[in-house]
Amino acid sequence: MLSLSTQAIQAEAVSPVVLAACGLGMTYRTGKFGDVVALTGVNFDIRHGELVSLVGPSGCGKSTLLRLMSGLITSSEGSLLLGGEQVRGPGPKVAVVFQAPILLPWRTILQNVLLPVEFREWPLQDYRERAFELLDTVGLADFANSYPHELSGGMQQRAGIVRALIQDPQILLMDEPFGALDAMTRERMNLDVLRIWEKSRKTIVFVTHSITESIFLSNRVFVMTSRPGKIADIIDVDLPFPRSLDLINTPVFGDYVGRVRACLQVSGDLS
Amino acid sequence: MSACSPIAGGSGASRAPVDSGGSPLRWVRAHMQWTLTPLLPLVMLAAWSLACHQFGAPAYILPSPEAVLDALRDGLARAPMDQGGLWFHAGITIYESLCGLVLGAVVGTLLGFALASFPALDRVAYPVLVAFQALPKVALAPLLIIWFGLGYNGKIYITAIITFFPLLVSAMAGTHSVESDRIDLARSCNARPMQILRKIIIPSAMPYLFAGLNVASSLAVLGAIVGEFVGARAGLGMLLIQYNQAMQTAPVFAVLIVLGLIGFLFNYAVKVAEQHYCFWAQRRRHTLRAGS
Ligand SMILES: Nc1ncnc2c1ncn2[C@@H]1O[C@H](COP(=O)(O)OP(=O)(O)O)[C@@H](O)[C@H]1O
Ligand SMILES: [Mg+2]
Repeated sequence: MLSLSTQAIQAEAVSPVVLAACGLGMTYRTGKFGDVVALTGVNFDIRHGELVSLVGPSGCGKSTLLRLMSGLITSSEGSLLLGGEQVRGPGPKVAVVFQAPILLPWRTILQNVLLPVEFREWPLQDYRERAFELLDTVGLADFANSYPHELSGGMQQRAGIVRALIQDPQILLMDEPFGALDAMTRERMNLDVLRIWEKSRKTIVFVTHSITESIFLSNRVFVMTSRPGKIADIIDVDLPFPRSLDLINTPVFGDYVGRVRACLQVSGDLS
Repeated sequence: MSACSPIAGGSGASRAPVDSGGSPLRWVRAHMQWTLTPLLPLVMLAAWSLACHQFGAPAYILPSPEAVLDALRDGLARAPMDQGGLWFHAGITIYESLCGLVLGAVVGTLLGFALASFPALDRVAYPVLVAFQALPKVALAPLLIIWFGLGYNGKIYITAIITFFPLLVSAMAGTHSVESDRIDLARSCNARPMQILRKIIIPSAMPYLFAGLNVASSLAVLGAIVGEFVGARAGLGMLLIQYNQAMQTAPVFAVLIVLGLIGFLFNYAVKVAEQHYCFWAQRRRHTLRAGS
């Protein structure tokens, strides 16, 4: 019998490349403080439906890479192709889940979730029902008319994820979305991400500085190192889906943790 | 607003629970604002009365409370359009203050958002505005009376000039205070600049705008009164000057009481509006404290 993971890999092999970087680099020009090389020589192909995580120490350019992918900033060198076209700015194909939930306190959860629809001037009526559905899938149906402060940190971040999903993007970018949450909430959120990915088969790029999270939430880990920020190695994670938290305690998972850690240590970032 | 409006819960929730079952003294202390606060004016009133009746302060310096009450009652008993009554002049002063406040606040807010949005404009115009800000603006009143005559307009413009700055400054501070995350979020959804202004910047700056409006609402009455001092045919400021020159001190006190009430009313209106439009700002402070 064919295992699920091999199926996934086979599906990947035929999936088209959605995001491709070639010699991608980013230098921040900060005027009198000189230039900061945040990212250099980045090459990768991300295929449709892949679950990729970026892991690395703080300051290694993870957020920079994500912001480049989202079009919020433009690269200073190299190329970044989204569906074969150079990324020139934000667009409807990509949605971002930020580190903080960034819910507007004067809007209810439903109104917050519909904010991108308002910005893009899509018909609100058509999206209201979809918003309820999505809120329901993350257990927030009863909170649609609550204000953000009435929700816990985890629930706020779920609302942030729904706000990204309502745009039905091809690619979902998540920048350390659970960094501020407690360990237990974080594990539950990880399972939510896997569930969303398995259901929607969207391409997800997940940024984290937790090695465990990076392996659990991906079929490929981009290991990044700093000074200057670059991708040190790309590790294929051949673990079957659906995954449960028990997977983390298995020896094979431990092997992956060892490999990622070794990769970070070689570069002197985790001494 | 629904019945479960967050405003209703907001202030109540923050108050510490009080033990009302103890001694009467503790009860008084727990409800300070209902027991001791009203006592304060009563004590002052008694001292005032004592000064007049026992120590014989002359009426042109300190009229007795009864005389002031009589003057107040007499002034308020007149018909609204009677130029000898308080209603007529109060109406004029309120009209001038409100028009000036609206004009100054709107122009100040718009210019504040413009300056904060276009750094180049900020660099060019801000130094000029700061220099103008340093000028005591009531000093412009005589000039404005020459330009616009004894009618309402001069007073409206003085009030506008005085109330303009608090709103200008708060609109700028409010815009600069917007978290860059919120702008990133909007940009990632392809929001146009006007959408960002309407849906992110203006609401985010609302608490700042209300802080400015609170200051401006007090200054508005001041502006109108000063204008009327310099030269006017009507208004409470003009009335004050007239009574003052006639040494009729009791009606002067009556006018001051009316002015106090108007100021209170303005402030109260701003507070009510703030609770409606910024209900989330008060609560955010609570959650921040509870959350971190
Ligand atoms: N807007 C900016 N201007 C200048 N330097 C920046 C800016 N944003 C990030 N950097 C620098 O770029 C490097 C990478 O930052 P970042 O991408 O945020 O790293 P990470 O998300 O991995 O912690 C850091 O050294 C940081 O100081
Ligand atoms: Mg980061």
